[in-house]
Amino acid sequence: MNNIDTFDTATLWLALPEIFLLSAIVVVLLLDLFLTKPFKQVTYYLTQLSLLITAILAFNLIGEPKSILFGNAFILDDMASVFKIFMAGSTMVALVYTRHYLTEHKLFRGEYFVLVLLAMLGMMVMVSGYSLLTLYLGLEILSLSLYALIAIARERAGAVEAALKYFVLGAIASGLLLYGMSMIYGISGSINISDIATFSANATLASREMLILNFGLVFLVIGIAFKLGAVPFHMWVPDVYQGAPTSVTMFLSTAPKIAAVAMLIRILVEGMGAMHAYWSDLLMVLALLSIALGSVVALMQTNIKRMLAYSTISHIGFILLGFVTGVISGYGAAVFYVLVYILMSLAAFGMIILFNKQGFEADKISDFKGLSKHSPWFALMMLVIMLSMAGVPPFIGFYAKLFILQQVVSAGFISIAVIVVVFAVISAYYYLQVIKSMYFESSDKAMTTTATMDVKLILSINAVLILMVGIFPDFWIKLALSLF
Amino acid sequence: MVSLSDYLILSSIIFCIGLAGIFINRTNIITLLMCVELILVAVNTNFIAFSHFLGNEAGQIVVFFILTVAAAEVAIGLAILTLLFRVRGSINVDVTNSLKG
Repeated sequence: MNNIDTFDTATLWLALPEIFLLSAIVVVLLLDLFLTKPFKQVTYYLTQLSLLITAILAFNLIGEPKSILFGNAFILDDMASVFKIFMAGSTMVALVYTRHYLTEHKLFRGEYFVLVLLAMLGMMVMVSGYSLLTLYLGLEILSLSLYALIAIARERAGAVEAALKYFVLGAIASGLLLYGMSMIYGISGSINISDIATFSANATLASREMLILNFGLVFLVIGIAFKLGAVPFHMWVPDVYQGAPTSVTMFLSTAPKIAAVAMLIRILVEGMGAMHAYWSDLLMVLALLSIALGSVVALMQTNIKRMLAYSTISHIGFILLGFVTGVISGYGAAVFYVLVYILMSLAAFGMIILFNKQGFEADKISDFKGLSKHSPWFALMMLVIMLSMAGVPPFIGFYAKLFILQQVVSAGFISIAVIVVVFAVISAYYYLQVIKSMYFESSDKAMTTTATMDVKLILSINAVLILMVGIFPDFWIKLALSLF
Repeated sequence: MVSLSDYLILSSIIFCIGLAGIFINRTNIITLLMCVELILVAVNTNFIAFSHFLGNEAGQIVVFFILTVAAAEVAIGLAILTLLFRVRGSINVDVTNSLKG
């Protein structure tokens, strides 16, 4: 492992994806000012191009030896590079759907794309952060961009309200996270993850150091749980998912989840791995509450965005459960789950956006009534997405749940696994309800789509991938396991 | 001589006032922003006190960044608040109740 203490320009190229993206943001921001109305699409294509190049640059860095750079503030390892590629990829797919949404709802503005790119930069810093300060800064770049993105539909009262709720709760979460960081800095004397790891490994059980580390740890876990949206820190999730413009909801529920999981891995697994016994109990409570509440409350929802918000909460519970096991294969299962979740979430919100028209959000479950008559192909895809989210084989959601449960059982938590399976069965009900609306109910109002071919094509590929990866999951599982 | 624990007690008091303010306050959103600032002030106090007593500068550098981020955060918060006032005509906490379920 390379460990370069001082700032050295020769190592700058290891941060090339971030540096490139930052320059691209400046170019897109400035260029957008000079584009006249007929050329506004240029911003969109430039954004996609920047993300593509960022992903390629990150891809080229795979296989580099693990290096810690810039005064121990930045880490480059395979996990960081792979996460960056997935984040860039999911953002690109999200932007394809987003363009349709923005055009239909007259929200197409250059700032939208700049803010998405900035959020992407924040996520990349979070994934590569190796000191508490860089992790915090990455998180703030991401959060501040997201607040502004939600409020971009500034005439809609719901969106502004959602932005405000997200802002207030996000600010509290950052405050708690920082308070925990200050405690950990105070006792360990360093903000670097590697120093904190050494310190926490050497602290003796039940000593004064351990007590203060534990005190800081609780605040850190609360801060991360807020960002992930785990119960009991989930209050913002349903409101923000429902109130935000659907394209923002989609973005918010995909790539930032990878970043939050990466931050959890950096702080808890790499920084405080020695204190696993302490944080796994906390995560266990969060995970069980999330799965239980997410599964039960979603039953009563009539708004599909709100239903997906509760379903996200229960998926987050599964992801946290992977970390509870405390073994590498458990962490691998959690990473696999988050990647699968993103694939499904993109497709699910993509379906909602597909039927969006000016003044029509298609966000009620009843809007999907009789979809199988009007557009059987997309109804079939929605069926695939919903069954996958419910965890029905052979779709990919089944394998994600299976691997988590396998790890939970082999770590000896058999009763936990049983409880979780019961809630997973309960949650199948609301996914099936959507399918029932589409196939067994009829409506005289046909939902039609005005989406262009690229949206339909990418959405179809996205949904087919859910099936294909479900049939051949080996590559993805090996990839997830190889990151640790 | 003020000891480290004095600073920590002070900062934890400020922190608790900030948190309590957020959860008790049911009237004005500006007050919420002030409480968030209080939490950040508590964190800054912590970092500076630790930095001073450890003889380690990292904590003071962190404070610079927190101050900058806090300024950006308030700017965005106030911008959202202005939008809320425009669409709702009020900035009381009880106007933010249209999203439920």
